[in-house]
Amino acid sequence: MSTLDASGVTDLESLRADFPILGTRLHGDSVPLVYLDNAASTQRPRAVIDALVSVYEKQYANVHRGIHWLSDQSTDLYEEAREKVRRFINAPARECVIFTHGTTESINTVARSWVEAHLKPGDEILLNEMEHHSNLVPWQQAAERCGVKLRYIPLADDGRLDMARLDEVLTGRTKILAVTAISNVLGTVNPVAELVRRAHDVGAVALIDAAQHVPHCATDVEAWDADFVAFSGHKMMGPSGVGVLYGKRERLDAMPPFLGGGSMIRRVQLESFEPADLPAKFEAGTPPIVPAIGLGAAIDYLERVGMERIHRHEAMLTKYAHRRLGEIKGLRLLGPDLEHKAGIISFVVEKIHAHDVAQLLDRKGVAVRAGHHCTMPLHRRLKVSASTRASVYLYNTTAEIDAMIDGLIEAQRIFRR
Amino acid sequence: MPADEEEIYQEHVLDHYEDPYHRGHCPGATHRHMDDNPLCGDFVQVELRIGDDGRVEEAYFDGDGCCISQASASMVTEKLEGRTVEEVRAFTAEQMLELFGARLTPNRQKCCLLPWRVWQAAVFSRANNNDGGEKTA
Repeated sequence: MSTLDASGVTDLESLRADFPILGTRLHGDSVPLVYLDNAASTQRPRAVIDALVSVYEKQYANVHRGIHWLSDQSTDLYEEAREKVRRFINAPARECVIFTHGTTESINTVARSWVEAHLKPGDEILLNEMEHHSNLVPWQQAAERCGVKLRYIPLADDGRLDMARLDEVLTGRTKILAVTAISNVLGTVNPVAELVRRAHDVGAVALIDAAQHVPHCATDVEAWDADFVAFSGHKMMGPSGVGVLYGKRERLDAMPPFLGGGSMIRRVQLESFEPADLPAKFEAGTPPIVPAIGLGAAIDYLERVGMERIHRHEAMLTKYAHRRLGEIKGLRLLGPDLEHKAGIISFVVEKIHAHDVAQLLDRKGVAVRAGHHCTMPLHRRLKVSASTRASVYLYNTTAEIDAMIDGLIEAQRIFRR
Repeated sequence: MPADEEEIYQEHVLDHYEDPYHRGHCPGATHRHMDDNPLCGDFVQVELRIGDDGRVEEAYFDGDGCCISQASASMVTEKLEGRTVEEVRAFTAEQMLELFGARLTPNRQKCCLLPWRVWQAAVFSRANNNDGGEKTA
């Protein structure tokens, strides 16, 4: 197993060799792939790819159904994956870990089931402008259905939540606080534990969108004391199509099932049904069996490397990227200072639209995201129509940041003929 | 560097982007339309003064967005000014892509065709006053 060291290029080279796709060369073999779009989705190590192939070749059947050997094999692996997730986020019990199809479905489950069971007209849901559309739209839909009101924590100019003004919007009427642990555009690391405590102080429950947190830093849902936590497999080297909803047992018990169908029932009559116990209650239909097992393999890999080291490596890359980007005239970094920021680096370049930046970086093999990154309200708040985002992961190198810088200099040369 | 026909950022594209034809407001505009591409936030507005004979006497555009959308807005405005409404209607998407010159991937074709789409709607969108439109880049 390779190891990772922020300063040890040799170790990083051997880690990179674990990821087959990172050896890709583009544009007629002229440039290596420089993958800096990890906040959108990450790449998989061989160990995860092998785990997927192995299940399909040797151990695949539907889970929790068949009275046959293969189904037992598959069920064991699926439940083992649940236990790996539980341990990885320090959840108190296996039943509190629900497999969904992604962060979006996890948030929708709560926005539908908890809101319908517990909120009444006049109640409020507290959001903020930095949220991804997946942590805005489900609440807008809930508000429309149930006549509840949406409020927003003000965003300070440095891209952090204005905690000094939290009291203005977090009141006895607030029933749910939904907030991201790390902004997918600004990289802002929010004070999750404090936000949860403040929500509990007024009797609200707290949902944390941890899609950009769980893959990059050690996550402890008990230390957060969060009522609900949502994240996705594909942003942490697992397959797409699997996500997690963690919920405190008493919260999950106190809300009705979201989707109806097979698996989520104890018994069914023609007119009615009785829901199954946790976690099956929220896993209607055939679950993402192999993606969940693949997520378990990704967690094994992350644990072998170590979350602390991953976090340190990303902090080093982010610092380096800030320094190098600072050398580029007319480039404006979005988001807070390094101390309050994760490895998500968004910027705008004077006189060059983000799509043109991304297109010209692509020529150098550099993959970044351009646009509004599913945060249209945030971009309106920042008064930019689009931005370019580079986001790092454990396998990125300073040389790759340099490749992006070279691409940016080239882009400016083209536009400043 | 990509081969020439694949080069999006060709001289004539950059020329139109940096020194556009008739960017601004059309004096005495009779027709006006604006649309955007919500995916990337690009927007284009076209203002026309169409004479009694059905000819576009003068045309201006305004907008904000990537090099492709803004350069193609300049190109199409230069191309279609002076034409009749019928001639504007007859100007197809294929002709627009051809006018642009550089070969575009389907995603960037959307950027290129946004101004063309706005032009197509503008000839039917009567401006009710001379307030000069909503946005200026």
